[in-house]
Amino acid sequence: MVDIVVLVKDTVELSELKVDPATRRPILLGLNRRIGDLDKRAVEAAVQLRDKHGGKVILVSLGDDKTRTAIREAFAMGADEAYLLRDSSFEGSDTLVTSRILAAALRRIGRYDLILCGEMTLDSLSAQVGPRVSELLGLPLVAYARRIEVKGDRIVAERSYDMEDETVEVSMPVLISVVREINEPRTPALMSIMRASKKPIQDWNREALGLQIEEVGSHGSGIKVLDVKAPLMERKRIIFKAETPEKAASSLVDRLFKDGVLK
Amino acid sequence: MVYSEDMKLLHEILAAGRGLADNLGTSLSALLMGYGVTSEVINEPGRFGADKTYVVDDPGLERFNSETHGSALLQTVKTVSPEVLLIGATKKGKELTARVVAGLGVGCMTDCTSLSLDGESRLIGKRLTYGGFSVAEVACLKRPQVATVPPGSYDELELSGIPSQVVRLNVVLSEPRVKVVEQRSKAEAGFGLKEAPIVIGCGRAFRRKEDLALLDELAGVLGAHVSCTRPLAADYHWFEEWIGLSGSKIRPRLYVSLGVSGTIQHVAGIRDAQNIVAINTDESAAIFNVADYGIVGDIFKVVPALTKQLRERLSK
Repeated sequence: MVDIVVLVKDTVELSELKVDPATRRPILLGLNRRIGDLDKRAVEAAVQLRDKHGGKVILVSLGDDKTRTAIREAFAMGADEAYLLRDSSFEGSDTLVTSRILAAALRRIGRYDLILCGEMTLDSLSAQVGPRVSELLGLPLVAYARRIEVKGDRIVAERSYDMEDETVEVSMPVLISVVREINEPRTPALMSIMRASKKPIQDWNREALGLQIEEVGSHGSGIKVLDVKAPLMERKRIIFKAETPEKAASSLVDRLFKDGVLK
Repeated sequence: MVYSEDMKLLHEILAAGRGLADNLGTSLSALLMGYGVTSEVINEPGRFGADKTYVVDDPGLERFNSETHGSALLQTVKTVSPEVLLIGATKKGKELTARVVAGLGVGCMTDCTSLSLDGESRLIGKRLTYGGFSVAEVACLKRPQVATVPPGSYDELELSGIPSQVVRLNVVLSEPRVKVVEQRSKAEAGFGLKEAPIVIGCGRAFRRKEDLALLDELAGVLGAHVSCTRPLAADYHWFEEWIGLSGSKIRPRLYVSLGVSGTIQHVAGIRDAQNIVAINTDESAAIFNVADYGIVGDIFKVVPALTKQLRERLSK
């Protein structure tokens, strides 16, 4: 039996991002949020382990009311229950604060064998929350895992660093962050999607987590975002759409020579 | 204070640190952690800008482990109390840094490709966000100010002059809980790809490994290095490395993408290319928004035609 907590975050759909041409800032207002790609893979890994060994998959997410959509997506994949950490004072939290809030929730949950999360989220790309949470809870950490096996009360995992791959072993409880290569997340069947709406989501606010105002949100944060801009990417966008591949290739080659790209 | 387990990256970050230390009027130190650290290695940081070199030499640090190295780094930072801490943003470095900043209770600006100081001696960093879509400007609010710096952001500066002062520190380490059972080395990523003036990238339009033969001819004619998007390396294992946000970021004179849709993550790896050519059957593919030249067509027909034309033109 393995009780697994999965840390998930909902993020904007990257493919829907557009830039305000006047300010060059990304337009975030009105965008839909979905469960992050790596978080989905962490949920998939958890569900597979639970199906094999028994136990529970518990989701923990720091968010707002709209985050329920992402939670239901994870329920449809097979997660059992969720805690939504929601408080207006959490607005503007950086990774220092986010990990503090998540750790507080995990302490309140109390018992678990495994914590899974994505290597990073694709919006902020910081890859910090997993390792920070393990440190705050005094848990061992396996980062960048692409394979996880349960062997009794131990985990055997494979993970990749830049220059080497390693097979590691560690006793549970342990926090593991997963990379894209760990699995392909399932597409839930209609029945699973319907059942998802019945699974419980418990809301925990700042008080329920025993946190002070100064510890959370922008008050508690260690860094501050001053500005966000899309870098200039002025490209010529000359497209050749000729009747035959030969004609198109010919036009392209002519142009590349003409513009001095090829000599 | 500056640290990386990768010596070349350490030199690059020393260059970044040198500018910041001069600006702040403080000293720049490098940290070396390991077991049996040789005098040759100890003398290196001084040549690349360090005023001081801290050495933590302990049997527990023989092999990298974020628990032991993290503990050693945390103890060192508490002893030395640097104003600014810069760490190399390798996978190991990022894992290590996140644990250390949690222990210090401070924030961290990750993957900063440029660093500066504002009027109040606040460290400002520029980094990619939204999957590579945009660049954020971030500032540290607590002390020490911590940032991780990816490879290739700074050029190492070899300086001659006063050798750095060497200070040995002791740390107390416990047995790491995660045990490495097996280790397999990987080929050095990025060799050849990052320096190549012409690069061909293939995407998921290629369904079978045999289809890649198509590229070899084109690569031969152009003198190009062949690489790919992430799935072809990480999922299909047709290549060791890939071009993208989490892979190699390249800046060739010419990048030719074949059957690549143009995800934000891939584009983050090619945005510094001088010229981008894209060939894709899908007119609405995102890659066409970031290309200088494009052909909407079937790569299996266009590439042979292109190869033939180029062979004729380039042989003249």
